[in-house]
Amino acid sequence: MTLHLAIEHARVIDPSSGRDAVADVYIAEGRVAAVGSAPPGFRAQRVIDARGLVVAPGLVDLCARLREPGSEGALRGEMRAALAGGVTGVVCPPDTDPPLDEPGLVRMLRQRSREAAGARLYPLGALTAGLAGQSLAEMHTLSEVGCLAFSQPGALPADHNTLLQAMRYARTFDLPIWLHPVDATLVGEGVAAEGPMAARLGLPGIPVAAETVALHTIFELQRSAGARIHICRLSSAQGVELVRAARREGLAVTADVAVPNLMLTDQDIGYYDTNCRLDPPLRSAADRAAIRAGLRDGTIDALCSDHAPVSLDDKLLPFGEARAGASGLETLLPLTLVWAREERIGLAQALAAVTCAPARILGEDTGTLEPGRKADLVIFDPQEGWTVEVESLLSSGHNSPFAGCRLEGRARYTLVGGEVRFER
Amino acid sequence: MLDLDAESIYAALLRRVREHIAGRQPLLVGVHTGGVWLAERLRTELPVAAEVGILDVSFYRDDYTRGGLSRGVRPSRIPFAIDGADILLVDDVLNTGRTVRAAMNELFDYGRPARIELAVLIDRGGRELPISTGLVGRTIEVPEDVSVVLSRDDDQRLHLRLEHDAERGARA
Amino acid sequence: MEPALRPTDETRDGPAAGLRAGLQLNEAGELHHLLSTEGLPRPLIERILATADGFIAVGTREVKSVPLLRGRSVFNLFFENSTRTRTTFEIAAKRLSADVYNLNIAASSTAKGESLLDTIDNLTAMQADIFVVRHAQGGAPYLIARHLAPHVHVVNAGDGRHAHPTQALLDLYTIRHYKGEFAPLSVAIVGDILNSRVARSDIHALLAMGVRDLRAVGPLTLLPTGLEPLGLRVCTRLQDGIAGADVIIMLRLQNERMRGALLPSAQEYFRNYGLTPQALRHAKPDCIVMHPGPMNRGVEIDSAVADGPHSVILPQVSFGIAVRMAVLSMVASAPRETALERRRAETAAPGAAP
Repeated sequence: MTLHLAIEHARVIDPSSGRDAVADVYIAEGRVAAVGSAPPGFRAQRVIDARGLVVAPGLVDLCARLREPGSEGALRGEMRAALAGGVTGVVCPPDTDPPLDEPGLVRMLRQRSREAAGARLYPLGALTAGLAGQSLAEMHTLSEVGCLAFSQPGALPADHNTLLQAMRYARTFDLPIWLHPVDATLVGEGVAAEGPMAARLGLPGIPVAAETVALHTIFELQRSAGARIHICRLSSAQGVELVRAARREGLAVTADVAVPNLMLTDQDIGYYDTNCRLDPPLRSAADRAAIRAGLRDGTIDALCSDHAPVSLDDKLLPFGEARAGASGLETLLPLTLVWAREERIGLAQALAAVTCAPARILGEDTGTLEPGRKADLVIFDPQEGWTVEVESLLSSGHNSPFAGCRLEGRARYTLVGGEVRFER
Repeated sequence: MLDLDAESIYAALLRRVREHIAGRQPLLVGVHTGGVWLAERLRTELPVAAEVGILDVSFYRDDYTRGGLSRGVRPSRIPFAIDGADILLVDDVLNTGRTVRAAMNELFDYGRPARIELAVLIDRGGRELPISTGLVGRTIEVPEDVSVVLSRDDDQRLHLRLEHDAERGARA
Repeated sequence: MEPALRPTDETRDGPAAGLRAGLQLNEAGELHHLLSTEGLPRPLIERILATADGFIAVGTREVKSVPLLRGRSVFNLFFENSTRTRTTFEIAAKRLSADVYNLNIAASSTAKGESLLDTIDNLTAMQADIFVVRHAQGGAPYLIARHLAPHVHVVNAGDGRHAHPTQALLDLYTIRHYKGEFAPLSVAIVGDILNSRVARSDIHALLAMGVRDLRAVGPLTLLPTGLEPLGLRVCTRLQDGIAGADVIIMLRLQNERMRGALLPSAQEYFRNYGLTPQALRHAKPDCIVMHPGPMNRGVEIDSAVADGPHSVILPQVSFGIAVRMAVLSMVASAPRETALERRRAETAAPGAAP
């Protein structure tokens, strides 16, 4: 429904233009019509009084698993969770069941997403057929049905020649490849970051080399193949440094990091808290500091939730047997605010990491409040305090390493294409 | 104010025990810690030839689930056979009778004695079990929330004092 | 993230509310669960050893049992096979007059897919008081401890590579028996430390008792990173590691837990790290040699040493029964009311007498 909507008296923060001021926002035909004064002849059909609230572009989450295909009907719930978190655009990785290597599956998923009227869906296609890491998937056909990029989640294909050919093929059609910098053989049986914490807990460790060796491989192959690469979920200081060097060299690289690695360390595992059983693992305080510095100086472009709903049964297990993953859609916004506060970063700069920066990586028309652009935005109360109660999360994943945390910042209205799809 | 001269009370106990055993040589077993001091004195002064046995009744207490073992445990040591033995069990203060019951249970796990008699320095009454003895240094009456504590100084002389003990009062 | 924002295990609600030192001690500082030697205060360890003294004395009598745990049920939950540890726990529990039930889980319902916590719930419903748990995964006893009703206790009999606290306590008992004071000792732990829960528990226990010269000896592939911060000296040559040692703890080469390319062969290991009479000459003349068992003769230890005058390996076993009796009786003796129950009682009847 394309209402004429006016949002009044809000603090408008638009990282894409640097705007941060109290102003009114006018929406028409699903787009931002104006910010500041109403366009001539504008008559609002609905007015939202946003005194004390912030209006920002809706969050664009570069990784949220919706568990469809796989769990029938799961998508609706996860989309509701996204909207409640102020997220208007969601990138879902292809590691669904079955994986997104067939155009029919992608079309069906997009149709379901449209019907759910939740956040916008940006599906990633599989890089290899069946995600088996051996033969190439039909990347061009998949791009025609809406896949923006192609990914091999979890770890690099073991066969480096396959990876090289995939890069060359993608380059042919100028399609970006999203890769997880993980060398599976170096991960081995590891379930936690190698270091004093894993040594104390007796947990098999994942050495930093699992990430750095993978990054070296990616960049070296990229040098010869010339593809556009996005690095998913950095976890280590050395990894950040390798990305920095690659960008300095001029390689076409972008990178993201997941919220848990920005906020927590391996110490937070405590006495085997499976909420902290994550891939990539939480690393040391030095790694977290390097990630924060990297996000701040632009080496890391974007922050994502890495949302992965896991059933309670899969978490109520000994650490080494628990399934990795955490719910994140509903905490992405408040945790971005915590990061801004702890690192004394302006709200506009912090929000850029979850709005215009991910939108730029996707090349999509969203993540901005510029007049004329799609009205995907969130109106939130930056002061509203709330405690993360996992039973109350809208996602099916009632698991979060931030369970019980006292946070500030909560979405009040979430709009997609000018339509109010969530309000509280 | 109760005048508790431990040495003279002990002297009275010694007299009664000597009269009672009339030449027998019972095996002395003291209950940690006060009972052991008394048993050692009796051994020297009755006299009795055999070594003194030591019992720590922690493993036989009936108030175990109320933090019994946190009072600290010392090993029991019985350097003679209990089967068929003539035992004189020695403790400092006889109150509810539960410690004596625990001590007897423990002795029976060492063997089957021919006889067990009991000698105590102070009987403060308040029995909760059918335990009694005539071999007592002195019988006294003290309030429920007061502990009677035996100590021994560097010259091996015995002392008795009364202590206010809120926990005792609460348990009563 | 600022620590003030995120609750920790100890501040969370639930059955484990109020338990400190890694979910082990109740608010009075008494042992409620035994999960690890890490975090146990030294006075508590000393009390455990003193209590074990008492049980050694009991073991010399005709009647080797005491009535402490009469009427209580001890369930041995062994998810990993181990006849020797399970047997010593069984003997210990029976000498405390407890009713003992042995569950070899591999053959039972969990193999049919029943979850670990469902198994625990079913057994608790059968009036279990104490669970003695051995599991292949580090952290399993913590998962159980967080889940149990307040009056039920867990004793960790070995969890993955993480901890084997009763073994470490009996190792302490053994050292105290032969050497007395801990502080002046040089202690060497030799072998597959990477995969050893005994090593980890020994390290925490020895450091807690004040050992200042503690060495970890083995090839780099068997030594976990992150040991030096704990206060250990790392040695990759046996002779250096045991030079002047008062105590040598030999670890079993963990065949069943070794994965991948860590060692070329048992023979090469023995040549470099096997404790032989010749190697032993580098240690002090009155050095004692310990081993948690079972031994791989000719792999980590030479028979001449295992059966020789320095070896205290057999006494370790009998000390183990007394130490486990001490642990079982101490966890079961902690006052049953926990902070949680007290809080519930208070909120249920405000103003009423506790």
